[in-house]
Amino acid sequence: MIHATLKQLSQQLADKQVSAVELATGYLQRIDALNPQLNAFITVDRDKTLLEAAAADARRAAGLAGVLTGVPIAHKDIFCQQGWKTSCGSKMLDNFVSPYDAHVIEQCQAAGLVTLGRTNMDEFAMGSSNENSYYGAVRNPWDLAAIPGGSSGGSAAAVAARLAPAATATDTGGSIRQPASHCGVTGIKPTYGVVSRFGMVAYASSLDQGGVMAQTAEDCALMLSVIAGFDERDSTSLERAREDYSRDLAQPLAGLRVGLPREYFADGLAADVGRIIDNAVSELKKLGAEVVEVSLPNTRLSIPAYYVIAPAEASANLSRFDGVRYGHRASEYKDLVDMYEKSRAEGFGSEVKRRIMVGTYVLSHGYYDAYYIKAQKIRRLIADDFKAAFAGCDVILGPVAPTAAFNLGEKSGDPVQMYLSDIYTLSVNLAGLPAMSVPAGFSDNGRPVGLQIIGNYFAEAKMLNVAHQFQQVTDWHGKAPAL
Amino acid sequence: MKWEVVIGLEVHVQLNTVSKIFSGASTAFGAEPNTQASLVELALPGVLPVLNKAVVEKAIRLGLALDATINQKNVFARKNYFYPDLPKGYQISQMELPIVEHGKLNILVGDEEKSIRVTRAHMEEDAGKSLHEDFHGMTGIDLNRAGTPLLEVVSEPDMRSAEEAVAYAKALHTLVTWLGICDGNMQEGSFRVDANVSVRPFGQAEFGTRREVKNLNSFRFLEQAIKYETQWQIETIEDGGKVQQATVLFDPDSGETRMMRSKEDAHDYRYFPDPDLLPVRISNEQIARVRSEMPELPAQMKARFVDAFGVTPYDAAVLTGSRALATYFESVATASGQGKLAANWLGGDVAARLNREGKDIAELPINAERLSGLLVRIADGTLSNKLAKQVFDAMWDSELSADVIIERDGLKQVSDVGAIEKMVEEVLAANPKAVEEFRAGKEKALNALAGQVMKASKGKANPAQVQEILKQKLA
Repeated sequence: MIHATLKQLSQQLADKQVSAVELATGYLQRIDALNPQLNAFITVDRDKTLLEAAAADARRAAGLAGVLTGVPIAHKDIFCQQGWKTSCGSKMLDNFVSPYDAHVIEQCQAAGLVTLGRTNMDEFAMGSSNENSYYGAVRNPWDLAAIPGGSSGGSAAAVAARLAPAATATDTGGSIRQPASHCGVTGIKPTYGVVSRFGMVAYASSLDQGGVMAQTAEDCALMLSVIAGFDERDSTSLERAREDYSRDLAQPLAGLRVGLPREYFADGLAADVGRIIDNAVSELKKLGAEVVEVSLPNTRLSIPAYYVIAPAEASANLSRFDGVRYGHRASEYKDLVDMYEKSRAEGFGSEVKRRIMVGTYVLSHGYYDAYYIKAQKIRRLIADDFKAAFAGCDVILGPVAPTAAFNLGEKSGDPVQMYLSDIYTLSVNLAGLPAMSVPAGFSDNGRPVGLQIIGNYFAEAKMLNVAHQFQQVTDWHGKAPAL
Repeated sequence: MKWEVVIGLEVHVQLNTVSKIFSGASTAFGAEPNTQASLVELALPGVLPVLNKAVVEKAIRLGLALDATINQKNVFARKNYFYPDLPKGYQISQMELPIVEHGKLNILVGDEEKSIRVTRAHMEEDAGKSLHEDFHGMTGIDLNRAGTPLLEVVSEPDMRSAEEAVAYAKALHTLVTWLGICDGNMQEGSFRVDANVSVRPFGQAEFGTRREVKNLNSFRFLEQAIKYETQWQIETIEDGGKVQQATVLFDPDSGETRMMRSKEDAHDYRYFPDPDLLPVRISNEQIARVRSEMPELPAQMKARFVDAFGVTPYDAAVLTGSRALATYFESVATASGQGKLAANWLGGDVAARLNREGKDIAELPINAERLSGLLVRIADGTLSNKLAKQVFDAMWDSELSADVIIERDGLKQVSDVGAIEKMVEEVLAANPKAVEEFRAGKEKALNALAGQVMKASKGKANPAQVQEILKQKLA
C-alpha cells in the first residue's frame, strides 16, 4: 500500500480493497514512525484526519465519490486550512489557526481528498534548502545529511519517504521543482494564474503559483485537475475552461521538438547532473523526439531580477504581520513602534528579515528606477527569450539545479551561493511559464536528480504527456529511499 | 508688502457603493465596530483584493463631469506604511497611472467665473479608525471603514483666496452629490478636504513653501483654517522667519493650526504596482455608456436657466447648488411660466422656511405642482405678496393647493376698482388730518393712508391699485 500511486490507491478504494480510514491510518502510522527523523510535517492531527477519512468513506458508501475520494494527501503549510494551524514555517504564525480555506484546500475537500497533515517549509517560502523553517530543517529521505531542497522541502520529503502519496506545494522561484528534483519525486508548477492564490500565504504575488508533487506524472495530472481552475477571489486567476490534465498522457512523442537551452548546459552545471540530463534526452529521442538547440540569453540575469522583484513584493506582503490582529506579538513593549519592531524582530527569521530589508531598499525613493523598474525590464526580456525559443520547439528540457542536493549547513552561511543555485528555475517564474521536475537518475553520491521540463503557456497537458511517456520507459520515479 | 496666498486642495470623496472597493463587505455607516470587516479588511494571510467595478464606473462619471482624460489603462499601487488601522501595512491606491487626469472645474466667486484645474483623481481604499477614547490608555481599532472606496481629487494650486477654495470645494461637493457618486455627508467623513497653502509676495512667479492642512470636514473650517494659515505664514515671514514644509492639523476650538509632522518625518511610501490586481482597462464603449447615463451637469443647467428662464447668473448658480433644488426649480418654472418669480421664492421664502426648520430641499412638503399654482396666482394678481406668504404657510401645513386655500380663506386680492375706490373714500373721510399733511407736502402721509386702506381690506386690496387710486383722489 505504502508505495502505491494515487491512481492505484484510487482503484483500491473503488474496488473496496481498502477504506479511506484504513489508508489514513496506515499513512499516519508511517508518519509517526519516520517523521521524527525527517521533520517533514509541522502539524499532524490524527483525529481530524480520521474524521475526514470517515466522511470520505461515507461519501463513497453513498455513491457520491469522485476518483480521488478517500485518498490521503499532505498540504504545504502555506495553504490556509480552516481549523488547522497555518504557520507558513514561521514563528510569526505559530499561533495562527486559519478561520478559512484556501481555494486549493476547498478544491481538495470537494474532491474528497483526506488531509494527512501540514508539511514543513522554508519560512514564508523563502529558501532553497528548508533550513529556514522555524520548525527546524527537513531531512532528505535519501540521505539524512542532505537538504531536501526548498521551499516545499516538507512536501517533497513526505512524498519521497512515502509518508503521503501526494502533496500540495508552491513555487515562486523553483520551490516545487528543486525539492522534487532533490528528493526524487515528480512535481509540477503550472502556468501563473492556473491555480488560485486565494488563501495561499503570499510571498511574491506576481511569481507565486500553487502546484503538486507525487510519485508520477500521471498522479500529478490527477491532482492538478483537482486544484486548478478559475477563482473570482484571485484577480490574477485566469478565466479558462476546466481542463482534464490527463487527457494527453498516452500521446506518442514522435515528432516532439525538444529545445535544449545552450545556457543551461554551460559552466556551473555539475558533470554528473549534466550526464543524467543527457541520458534523459537520449531516452526521449528513442521515443521519437527531435532535439533542437535553443538560446535563453538572459538566463544569468534572472537571479538579480528575481532577487529584486521577489523581495520587493515580499516586503509589502509581509507588512500585515504586525502583531496587531493575529500572529506573534512581543510580550513587552513600550509603545506602538516598539511593539511593531519587537514583534517582527522576534517573529521573523533571518532570511525573511534579509528579504524584507532588500525589498524595502529597492523600493525606496531614489532607488526604485535603478532596481525595481530595471528588474521588470529584465523580466520582460526573459519572457521574450522563451517566446523566441518556443517558436522552434514544443518543450524545453534542462537541469533543475546545478548540483544534486548539498549537505545541510553547507550553504546556509552564504546566501548568495544559495541564491545562485536557483539559476535554472527562476526564469520560469519570471516568465509565468509552467514547468516540471521528473526523476531522471542519481548523482555520483547517490542523491536524486530531476529533469526539468518547461512548457509554453498552458502547455501543462503537453508537459505531463512528455513526463508520463518518459516514465513509461524509465523507473527513476519508482525508486524509494531505504528508511 | 502685499502678499498673495496660493491654495491647492486634495479632497477625499467617499463613493457610495454598496460594498467595499476590494471585498463584498458592506460600506454602511454606523454599524457596531468591526462587524463590517471581512477576511480581506482583516488582512488575514492569503486573502486577496478583488476590484469592485462600481468604483470604476463612478470614477469615470466624475472624470467626464470634470471634462478630464479617462486613462483607459490605469494601475493600482501599494502605498506602504505601518499603522494599526491599516491592516495590510499598505494602502491600495493609484500613483503613476490614476484613472482620471487633466480635468477642470469652474467656480463663481462674486460675479467672476474662474476655472480651477484638476490634476488627477485616483481610486483608493479608506483606512479603518483608531479609537483613542474609552479604552483606558489603549487604542481600539474599528475596521468597518477600512476598504471603503475613495476618490482622491487633487487640484492644481489655482486658488488665490480662502473664498475661492471654499467655492471650489462646494462646487466639487455639489458635483459628486449631483452625479450620485457620494452622499456628501461631511460629518460622517464622506467628503474630507486637505488644503495646501503657501504665500508669496504679490507679483512673484515662484510659489512659496507650502504647508498642508489635513482633514477639514466642513466648509467653515476650510475657510477658517486657510485664513489662519495664511496669516500665520505672512507673519512668520515678516518676522524674519521661514516657512518649513509641514503637515498641520486645524483645531476648530482654537481656530489655529498646529504642526503634525515636518518634511523630515515624511514617509517614504515606496509605491509600486500592486501585483495582486491587474491594470484596470476601460473600453471606449464603457466610457460612451457612462456618458450616456450621465445627468445634465450643473454648469450646463446653469447656462440653460439663464437662457430659458431669464434668471440672473448668480441665481442660476444658487439654484444649481444641488440637483434636487435645480430639478425642483425647473419643474416650478416650467409649470408656472414664472422663472424669475420661482427663483425669488426658492431663494427667499422657501429657503428661509427650510432653513428655519432645518430641512433639505428634498424634504420640502410642497411639491413643484403646488408651488407653481401659488406663483401663478401671484403673477395674475390674485395674490399680493403678503397674501401669498399667508397661502404659502397654509400650504406648508396641508396638502391643499393654493387655489383651494385662497377660496377657503377668502384670500383673493381685491382688484375691483369700484370696491377699492369705496374703501379709499371711506379712509380719506375718516382721516382728514393725514389728508391735510399730505397736501402740505408730507409724502409719508400717503403711506399711512395706504396702510389704512389695506387694513380696511384685511390685506386683500391690490397694493399697487390702492396707491394709484389714493393719488388720483388726492390730486
